[in-house]
Amino acid sequence: MTGLEQLLGRAEELYRDLRFTAVSEWKKRNGGLAIGFMPVYVPRELLHAMGVLPVGVMGAGDDLEIIRGDAYYQSYICHLPRSTIELGLNGALDSLDGMLFPATCDVIRNLSGMWKMQFPEKYSHYLDVPQDFDANVGGQFYRRELEEIAEELHRRGARKLEPAALRKSIAAYNENRALVEGLYSLRIEEPWRVPTHELYLLLRAGNVLPVEEHTVMLRDYRAAVLADEDRRSMDQARVLLAGSFCEQPPLGLLRTLERAGCYIVDDDFVQVHRWITGDVRADGADPLADLVLAYLKQGIASPIRYIDEQVKGQALVERVERSGAEGVIFCAPSFCDPALLDQPMAVAAIERAGIPWTSFKYAENTGQFQVIREQAGTFADSIKLWSE
Amino acid sequence: MSKQATPGNVATAALKDQSQERQKAMIAEHFRKLAEAPERGEKCVYTFVPGNLTELIDSFGLLPVLPEINALQSGMRGKSRDYIGLAEKLGHSEDVCTYVKCDIGMLKSGNVGPTGERLPNPDLLLLSYTGCFTFLKWFELLGQEYNAPVAMLHVPYQGDGVVTDSMRTYVVDQLKKKVIPALERISGRAYDEEALKERLARSAKAEEDLVWVLESAKRRPSPIDAYFGGVYYIGPIFTAFRGTQDAVLYYRELRAEIEGRIALGKGPVTPDGEIENERYRLVVEGPPNWTSFRKFWQMFAEEGAVVVASTYTKVGGVYDNGFRHDPNRPLETLADYCMGCYTNLNLPTRVQMLERYVREYSADGFLINSVKSCNSFSAGQLMILREVERRTGRPGGFIESDLVDPRYFSASNIKNRLESYFQMIEQKRAGGA
Repeated sequence: MTGLEQLLGRAEELYRDLRFTAVSEWKKRNGGLAIGFMPVYVPRELLHAMGVLPVGVMGAGDDLEIIRGDAYYQSYICHLPRSTIELGLNGALDSLDGMLFPATCDVIRNLSGMWKMQFPEKYSHYLDVPQDFDANVGGQFYRRELEEIAEELHRRGARKLEPAALRKSIAAYNENRALVEGLYSLRIEEPWRVPTHELYLLLRAGNVLPVEEHTVMLRDYRAAVLADEDRRSMDQARVLLAGSFCEQPPLGLLRTLERAGCYIVDDDFVQVHRWITGDVRADGADPLADLVLAYLKQGIASPIRYIDEQVKGQALVERVERSGAEGVIFCAPSFCDPALLDQPMAVAAIERAGIPWTSFKYAENTGQFQVIREQAGTFADSIKLWSE
Repeated sequence: MSKQATPGNVATAALKDQSQERQKAMIAEHFRKLAEAPERGEKCVYTFVPGNLTELIDSFGLLPVLPEINALQSGMRGKSRDYIGLAEKLGHSEDVCTYVKCDIGMLKSGNVGPTGERLPNPDLLLLSYTGCFTFLKWFELLGQEYNAPVAMLHVPYQGDGVVTDSMRTYVVDQLKKKVIPALERISGRAYDEEALKERLARSAKAEEDLVWVLESAKRRPSPIDAYFGGVYYIGPIFTAFRGTQDAVLYYRELRAEIEGRIALGKGPVTPDGEIENERYRLVVEGPPNWTSFRKFWQMFAEEGAVVVASTYTKVGGVYDNGFRHDPNRPLETLADYCMGCYTNLNLPTRVQMLERYVREYSADGFLINSVKSCNSFSAGQLMILREVERRTGRPGGFIESDLVDPRYFSASNIKNRLESYFQMIEQKRAGGA
C-alpha cells in the first residue's frame, strides 16, 4: 500500500467512524473538552485557543440506519437533523462536551433547543452570527457572542481565552486554510490530480482531527499527488457543484459524478474550511477583534449570509470564471431552505452569464445514483459537444 | 348569531360580529390607500408580521404591506394554487415555503391584493429578520423582482431563552444606524420620537384589551375560540394598525362584545353559528391552514371542540407574558417586542408556554397543526408533542397540512385524525374518572 493509499485510507476511516473514536482518543491523550459544531461555520480558532477540540458533526451519511431520529422529524424536513439526533441518542456523540449550532437555518436553529431538552447535562448553544456587517454594530454583537461562549467553556473546564493563545490558534488555522485553498487551486489547474472524492475525505478528516494533525495530512496529500505519475488527464467536463454546504452528499454521489464524466473544480463541501477567505490577522493586539473582523469582511458569499452590497449570484459567476468551470450543477439537499430558496436567484445570474447548468437534489443517505449518473453524464456530454 | 354550528351550515354566509365588520372596513380602507398610494405620491414599506415595526413606519407617514398577509388572503380566496404553480414553473422548488411562492406568483400575476386592487411596488423592503430564516431569502427574491432597496434588521434569536443587553443593543443600534436612516430617506421626513411614542402608547392600550380577550378563554365555557376566532382578533394588532386609534377602538369594541357574551354565558361564535356545548377545550400549536380555513374550523366546531389558547396568535407578538410596548423607551421596546415574538423563542421556552397554557386554560389536550411550509414552527414539533404530553399528562394530537398550498390539505385524513384524537380524550376522561 502506498503512502497516498494509507493516507486516504485513514481519511476514509475517520469519515466512516460514526463513533467519533478519534475524538475519544484525543480526549484521553489531552484531557480537554471536545465541542461539536453543526454546519456551516464556527470560529474554530476560539475553541482551539482554549484547548478545546472543535468537532464538525455533519450527520451520518449513508452509513447509519435511522430508527429513532425519524420519530423527531416530519417527512418534509431534511435528513441531517434526524441523523444527528440519532447519533446523539445512540451514544456516538458521548465524547462531546457540548454542541454549537450556528445560524444556518430554522431547522438547525430549532435543533439547538431540542438538544438542550434532550441532553440537558451538555453545553448547547445557538451561535447567532450577525447579518449586519458593520464592525460597530454586528461586530460588537458577534464579539459578545464569542466572549459568552468563551466564558461558558471556561466555566466548564476549558483554559481561559488569552490573546497570545488566540494569536497562535489563528496562525494555525491560517496555515490550514491556505493548504485547503492550495488543494482547491491545484484541482482547478489539474483536476485529475485531486479527485473530488479524495479532497472531500480530507476535508471531512479536518472535522475530527486537531488542526495541526490535519495540516500535516493536507501537506502529505499534496506532495503525494504531485509525485504520482499515474494520475493522467481525461476528457471530462469541468463543473462547479453548488448548494451542498450543510447536509453533505454521500461519497458515492461524488464518485458517481466523477464517473459520469465530470471534473468537479469547485464546490461548497465542509465550508468551515473555506468560510474565511485569506488569512485572519494573526499579529494584532486584539486577536478576538481580528477574528470578528474576518467574519464580517472576509466571509464568502453564501445562501445563509445576507448579501447587502453585492448582486445576488454574482459571486457564483465569479467562482465559475475563477475555476474555469464549464457548467454549474446545483446539487442541494432535499428540503434545504437556504439552498433551494437561493437557487432561483443563482440560476438567474448563471443564465445571464450564459453558463450551462443543471440541478438535482439528494439526501445524505441517498443510495441510488443511476438517475443522477445519467443526468450528470448527459450534462457533461452536452458541455463537451455543444459549448463553444 | 344563535345558530348551533352543524355540518349542514357549510354553504351559508359566514356570521360576523360588529368588531369583525369594523376590522373589515379598516382593512378595506388600508388597501384603498395602498392602491391610491402611487397616485398620491405616498410611499410604502413591505415588511413581515413577526417583528414588524408598524408604529415606526407609521410615524414616518409610510404605508406597510405584509406579504404573508397577502399570501394567506390568496389562500383564503382560492388563488394560491395557481400562484404557487406559477412560481414552481418559474423554478422555485416544491420543497420551500408556499407563502413565498404564493407571493411570487401573485406578483407575476399582476400583484392584485385581496380587495381586487393592485398593490403598489415597495419603496423599501424592511427585512425584519425575526424568527424565520426564510424571510431573509424572501426579501432577497423580492429585492431582485422589484429592484427595491432593502433595510436589514437582524433580530437575534433567544437561543438561551433570554434577551441579553448585548442582543437589545444590537437591535437598537441597527434601528438607529440602518432602519431609521432608510425610513428617513424614502419618506423625506426626519425621525420624530414624540410621534413614535404616541403610537407606542396606543399600542399598549390595544394590547391590554387583546390580552383580556385572549385570557377570557380561561372561563367555562370559553366565550371565544382562541385559534380560529383568534386569527381575526390578532388581525389589526399584527398588521397595519398597531399604534393607531382604529386599533384601540377595535379592541375596546371586541372586549365589550366578549364581556357581553360572558354575561350571557355564551360560547364562541363560529362562521356557522355558536358553539353551545363546549365538549373539548384544546390548546393548539402551529399556524392554521388557510385554503380550507372554514372547513378546518368546522371540523372542530361540529365536535364542540373549542381552542382556548394557541401559539399562532403570538407569532406577531407575545403579550400575555406581561410585555407591553413602552413609550418611555421607544427603540428598546421595539427591540424587546421583536425578540419576544413566538417563533423567536427557543424550543424549551415554547414547551413551557404550551405547558402553561394547558394548565391555566384547563385544557383537555393540545394539538399540533404542523405545516409543511414553516420549518421555524415545525422543526421540533414532534419533540414538543412528547414533552408537553409528559409534563401535563394530557393527550397530544398531531395533524399535518400547509399554509396556502391546497395540495397538502387532506380533509378526510385530518377529520379522521381529529375524530381519533377526540376519542382519545374521551378515553382519557373515562380512565381518569
